[in-house]
Amino acid sequence: MSQRQVLQVFEQYQKARTQFVQMVAELATRPQNIETLQNAGVMSLLRPLLLDVVPTIQQTAALALGRLANYNDDLAEAVVKGDILPQLVYSLAEQNRFYKKAAAFVLQAVGKHSPQLAQAIVDCGALDTLVICLEDFDPGVKEAAASALGFIARHNAELSQAVVDAGAVPLLVLCIQEPEIALKRIAASALSDISKHSPELAQTVVDAGAIAHLAQMILNPDSKLKRQILSALSQIAKHSVDLAEMVVEAEIFPVVLTCLKDKDEYVKKNASTLIREIAKHTPELSQLVVNAGGVAAVTDCIGSCKGNIRLPGIMMLGYVAAHSENLAMAVIISKGVPQLSLCLAEEPEDHIKAAAAWALGQIGRHTPEHARAVAVTNTLPVLLSLYLSAESSEDLQIKSKKAIKSILQKCTYLPALEPFLYDAPPNILKHVVGQFSKVLPHDSKARRLFVTSGGLKKVQEIKAEPGSLLQEYINTINNCYPEEIVRYYSPGYSETLLQRVDSYQPLIN
Amino acid sequence: MATLARLQARSTFLAQQYYFRNSVVDIFRKKEYDAAVKIQSWFRGCRVRAYLRHLHRVATVIQKCWRGYLGRQQYQLIVKLAFCSMKMNLYNAMAVRIQKQWRGYRIRKYCFNYFYYKEYLRAVSETNDAIREALEEFAEMKEREDKKADLERKEKKKGYEARKMHYLLSTKQIPGIYNSPFRKDPDPWELRLQKAKPLISQRPKVKKISVSVSNWPAYASPQVLPQPKILPPIDRKPCQGPFRDITEVLEQRYKPLEPTLRVAEPINELQAAREELRKQECMRNIHDDMFLPFSSYNKNKKYIPLMHSSSKYGPDSYGSQHFRDENPTKWLCNKLEAN
Repeated sequence: MSQRQVLQVFEQYQKARTQFVQMVAELATRPQNIETLQNAGVMSLLRPLLLDVVPTIQQTAALALGRLANYNDDLAEAVVKGDILPQLVYSLAEQNRFYKKAAAFVLQAVGKHSPQLAQAIVDCGALDTLVICLEDFDPGVKEAAASALGFIARHNAELSQAVVDAGAVPLLVLCIQEPEIALKRIAASALSDISKHSPELAQTVVDAGAIAHLAQMILNPDSKLKRQILSALSQIAKHSVDLAEMVVEAEIFPVVLTCLKDKDEYVKKNASTLIREIAKHTPELSQLVVNAGGVAAVTDCIGSCKGNIRLPGIMMLGYVAAHSENLAMAVIISKGVPQLSLCLAEEPEDHIKAAAAWALGQIGRHTPEHARAVAVTNTLPVLLSLYLSAESSEDLQIKSKKAIKSILQKCTYLPALEPFLYDAPPNILKHVVGQFSKVLPHDSKARRLFVTSGGLKKVQEIKAEPGSLLQEYINTINNCYPEEIVRYYSPGYSETLLQRVDSYQPLIN
Repeated sequence: MATLARLQARSTFLAQQYYFRNSVVDIFRKKEYDAAVKIQSWFRGCRVRAYLRHLHRVATVIQKCWRGYLGRQQYQLIVKLAFCSMKMNLYNAMAVRIQKQWRGYRIRKYCFNYFYYKEYLRAVSETNDAIREALEEFAEMKEREDKKADLERKEKKKGYEARKMHYLLSTKQIPGIYNSPFRKDPDPWELRLQKAKPLISQRPKVKKISVSVSNWPAYASPQVLPQPKILPPIDRKPCQGPFRDITEVLEQRYKPLEPTLRVAEPINELQAAREELRKQECMRNIHDDMFLPFSSYNKNKKYIPLMHSSSKYGPDSYGSQHFRDENPTKWLCNKLEAN
């Protein structure tokens, strides 16, 4: 055989390999093919192709592996078990940028499924090579490496710590400053995943100077980037007062309030999460948020969203109002209470209703003024019905009960209290009657109204054990009225009158 | 005897009388005695009673004084207590007044300043309104921008399509598909096609480097070496033929001039240097007059001789031969005598 014929055999083999690997990579993009591919044993076939002589075949094989591992837990485990990772890590260091991109993609696809797989990646020493990839010139390589690191750090604090120890954080901060938007997004998301686990990790991220760059990019028009940036800032700010203060010092107010008007729902959600994490720590930070007009912006944002997007905004109002009565009054004048009662009434999900009930309780519990502001919007009957309904979850029942109790203990607005006399359970009735007994002795108009609206009659019908607190309250109320009236309204008065008629001896002259 | 008989007849009577009178007297005496006793006892009683009365009176006085003393003591105690309690009440009332004022002041100043609170809430609601307006404006602006960008994109796309479909433009002979003769007006696409410039495939533009004689100094300075804009591909094979290495050729062609020292300096260098110096001085100096040297500075003064030597009276006697020479002709008194 001539030399050309021998070489032709080799060329044919190479062509076949290239074609196979390209087809597998293309088939792996569609989820329905992956089961078939798995059953056909594609893993064991792809593995030796990773070590192929031709670089294109290596790269395409790595890409195909990445797509397969991305789809499924088991495939990712098969990648790990097949000892492919050390080879990938070794060749990451030496190959060109296409291979680096594909290999980083494989690492990301494996690491995103579970902590154990991510641990396996860390154990084979991939972190150092990924960090070296972060220093590469090509933005695609940096993106793939950053996303791999982000997925690894997402699972738990130890993995995050491993990522930080590999020195990824300063390089991620540099990546954020790059002009490519996709790279910025992924670097911001990786920083967010790192800093969410513990205050020390967040402090590491802050020490690398991330906050200033993140704060600058809030003005960027790209929505997905804004999502990630706001999420990163809120993960940093949530851990402690100092971190929250550092985030605030980066002058995010009032720019963050414009994000609350963004068209993208998740940008709104992350922006309200950030404001919530800042406001929840101390009264001073809440004061700052209120002074910047944050409460009004969040209230409007709640009005314009539905469902889970509203939840951080509702909680933010609750946290602000919980700190002090001045802040609660500020929430009231920003028209927060009608909005919250609307949420309470119209949301289908229990956990959002529970949050709204909690927030209303925090607003109304401070002074009679606050309780009046809450009671005027007719939310108390709604809260009562939520507490009594059997379909509400336990959390919702507990929160609405606490809210009702705390508001009732300060409420002196009697028109809102009267419906409670009729259909409240005994433990709440005690508080209602107590409030009446506090207000009636001092206000004559209220006494008159109480009688004419049938409240006195209802109070007489309440059965209470003698000596209990309820009985004392009832006695206090009865002492406000002349005896005849009390007797007139006591139950069974008509019978006693008739008995007297029966037993009366008429005067015969 | 008669008297005796009579006495004896009367003796019984006498005895009776005697007895009677004695008994009467006895009785009387008893009566008197009783009376006397009664009187005496009464008197004694009166005396004793008076004495007792006196004693009572005295005892009463003593008791009265003592009781008065005790009572006054009690009274003083009561008065003291009443006074103390009155004082304490007054002090308490005054202290309550002070505390009332102080508590009101403290609450108003440090804990709860109603007017500041009201002002603060008003400011917060104003800020809220301002922020709400600003955010509304911002949202509106964004929407407008989005719509504008959308419209522009659509326009651009339509323009590009019109350029691609330029061949569909109607000619004089054949009306195009958008310009049907049965229509009143041509279709808007027709107008767009008329306006559009036909799309031709782009060729890479080559820029010519203009080199004129006036740019000679450019060649002299070593930095400016005309570089071609498009770099040659890296692994270009060397062209066949007896050609020298391209870098050598370029070096030789654009070698900068290295003149000798005699050629490098201009011929009127000294003059030029002087001119240069003069120019610099002109720039530096305030005015062009030179400072004269101090030796001739005072030489412009006219000589003023001494008064002694320039008066018409001539030199004095001090200038005569001998110091104390007399000259009688010059004495004034002689001249006066003469007149």
